[in-house]
Amino acid sequence: MTNFEEEIRALKDEILAMASHAETAVSRALRAVVERDIDLARTVREDDTVLDQLEIKIDDTAIHLLAMAPVAFDLRLITVAMKISQNLERVGDEACNMAKRITDLAGEPEVAADTAIPQMAKLAINMLHESISAFVGRDPALARRIIPSDKEVDAINRELHRALSSFIAEDPGKITRCLALMAISKSLERVADHATNIAEEVVYLYEGQDIRHVKNLKG
Amino acid sequence: MPAANTMPDLRAIRPPEQSTPSSGPADAAPTSFDPAYIKIRDFNFFYGTNKVLHDLTLDIAERHVTAFIGPSGCGKSTLLRNLNRMNDLVDGIRHLGDILVNGHSIYDPLLEVIALRKRIGMVFQKSNPFPKSVYENVVYSLRVAGRSRKSELDEVVERSLRGAALWDEVKDRLSDSAFSLSGGQMQRLCIARAIANRPEILLMDEPCSALDPLATAKIEELIHDLKREFTIVIVTHNMQQAARVSDHTAFFYLGKLIEYADTKLIFTNPSNPQTEAYVSGRFG
Repeated sequence: MTNFEEEIRALKDEILAMASHAETAVSRALRAVVERDIDLARTVREDDTVLDQLEIKIDDTAIHLLAMAPVAFDLRLITVAMKISQNLERVGDEACNMAKRITDLAGEPEVAADTAIPQMAKLAINMLHESISAFVGRDPALARRIIPSDKEVDAINRELHRALSSFIAEDPGKITRCLALMAISKSLERVADHATNIAEEVVYLYEGQDIRHVKNLKG
Repeated sequence: MPAANTMPDLRAIRPPEQSTPSSGPADAAPTSFDPAYIKIRDFNFFYGTNKVLHDLTLDIAERHVTAFIGPSGCGKSTLLRNLNRMNDLVDGIRHLGDILVNGHSIYDPLLEVIALRKRIGMVFQKSNPFPKSVYENVVYSLRVAGRSRKSELDEVVERSLRGAALWDEVKDRLSDSAFSLSGGQMQRLCIARAIANRPEILLMDEPCSALDPLATAKIEELIHDLKREFTIVIVTHNMQQAARVSDHTAFFYLGKLIEYADTKLIFTNPSNPQTEAYVSGRFG
């Protein structure tokens, strides 16, 4: 294996490590929300530095590889790796945002909308997991299948916001809890967006076709 | 404005994919886009009984830079040297098919080869200035043609040296020997000499392979400027150079055209696995 190929392999390994951390962060943040677990929320926030460091490391590896003037698939892989790592780092940020809201929920009784959060989280985490599986498994078809799920997550988020807004109107005593749940819902919706971005990058990587904003371009 | 904006998408003329190097002759799709200046049609070329180019069909666009790439022995230089019939000087050569420049066959029996070569300038791997002054190098072909009016020669020298981005560096030493120039300057002098006759086409056979990165960058910048006036075909082993200077890239392997497309596509998303492997440095 050449030095270049070794570094490419290292880059892929770093992406996998980062994806694993990002997925764990969202899963833990969800558990912290559901179980109102402040200690676990703190762990999520503390562990975010791992993702930050991995993002820096991946950029460093990628820049070094780009200096070797790669072309074709290698070039796409390196640029895609940088974009995937950026999205994963933001997934970590969203997990932190969720964790920060736990203090507003701790000790408070549940509101009726709480059940939608795990449902959304399950979808978003699955999208994240599958987008990375598509990356690892060289499977652009899987990546394409993930993308429509983003609409499902968006719809749940909208519905949840509507429900929480009406709870606030009915009972202003629930404002703090409802605003926290809105923020958590928004974070999960963003996680799904990042998973979608990753899936789009995977399609570009393996098919060479840029499918971002296709609908917007068609008008 | 160069014709770049009116150029149809070259992806349309990409030849069918081939799975192995030994699969049949590259059957490049007929090429019919408009600004084609050089048309290579079903071209086969032999050294004795050895067939080195196989059924090549491709168009080279006017006032664009077309790069020929491929491993050593793939036939890219042989094809380049056929474009101005340089290979006529080799014993035992034979060709089938045709090459048309601006609609006329270069093998037309009525065509004088010398006249053809006047229309097609050539720059070689190693700069080869004549053992004369800078000035005399540039006007050499004009003097051979019997043109000696000083005002005309002066004008040609300045225009050609400016065209080769060398004027400012040598305008005060035109009578110095060409050998007093640096390697990069000598190569640009050869380019000035090649364009002195106002050719239509400029062929470049690895023009930067003997130059350092700075001199290479100057020549590449020059190629970019020259395409406003000339149709340029460049053979290069330097993938980054092909990516930087050319508009279209043709990849050859074992004398066959494997893939011909926009340079951007060849270096970001080639359609043929052999092209992918070659440009990525994994074979050849």
